[in-house]
Amino acid sequence: MASTAVSNPAVNNSDRSLLRRKKKKKIPNQNQNLRNQAQAAQTEWKSDTQQQAYSSKLLQALRRVRITGGAAPKGGRAVREAADRVLAVAAKGRTRWSRAILTNRIKLKFMKNSASHKRQRVTVTTGNSRRQKKPRVSILRLKTKNLPAFQRKASVLGRLVPGCRKQPLPVILEEATDYIAALEMQVRAMTALTQLLSGASSSSSSSSASSSSSSSVNALNQLGSSRHPPAS
Amino acid sequence: MSSRRSRSRHSAASRITDDQIIDLVSKLQQLLPELRNRCPDKVSAARVLQETCNYIRSLHREVDDLSERLSELLANSDTSQAALIRSLLSQQS
Repeated sequence: MASTAVSNPAVNNSDRSLLRRKKKKKIPNQNQNLRNQAQAAQTEWKSDTQQQAYSSKLLQALRRVRITGGAAPKGGRAVREAADRVLAVAAKGRTRWSRAILTNRIKLKFMKNSASHKRQRVTVTTGNSRRQKKPRVSILRLKTKNLPAFQRKASVLGRLVPGCRKQPLPVILEEATDYIAALEMQVRAMTALTQLLSGASSSSSSSSASSSSSSSVNALNQLGSSRHPPAS
Repeated sequence: MSSRRSRSRHSAASRITDDQIIDLVSKLQQLLPELRNRCPDKVSAARVLQETCNYIRSLHREVDDLSERLSELLANSDTSQAALIRSLLSQQS
């Protein structure tokens, strides 16, 4: 009876049984396609080429930040924002969180005021709903999805993942899956970059051409050459 | 969120099946370093959500730390080393 159609809401007028059969045929394929897409995206975040591309784009963005900005934007905050922006671009607009990061910059000032009001409203409603014991049910018995503890955690997760504050549960879960993979790649890339830069700067200051210096210099070279010629 | 709908189980929100959500939650569980080795039957969905939040927060913290270090490195290298790095990056090899 429960139709699983996420799209096509306006089918009430036609013959229900026939359309229900058609919907049921469609949906498994849709789910399969989405699942394949999600899996493909997952493996992409783990690939080395993705990490290389991200690192070189990040270097470009950081250079731009340094050259154009004064002393204040040079802080860790500016680096974090640049890193997030480049990460969102690397996602190629396929996910909500990446689009939200890119548009958030513009909306940030307006969002701050309205978001705090919304947060108050959400806590009030969850406080009024029935208080039950914390559910110790396994994943298979998903009546927990209607329980307030679960809902609360889901909304917390929605707030952590950019762009998912008001999204329904399956959207939040899917976005979180991709977001975690992307964040892991971001950490890997930035760690490698930090090691490279600290290796390059420390060995060049000691002014001795050690093997570590040349390997990090080579790596930096690789990162630099994988991009287009600079505009300046 | 859909907390208002939690009262009516026959609402339109149940168009999203439990199976879908089970699938998504188990996929999420596989990503979490804490929970990926445990049997999906023994881990509650709420636990997965909790661990996901914790993991995302720790990843954010790591990125913040790395950003700080990177900014320091880039700032410190704003001397002769910066020239070295910049020349490396602008080379066409």
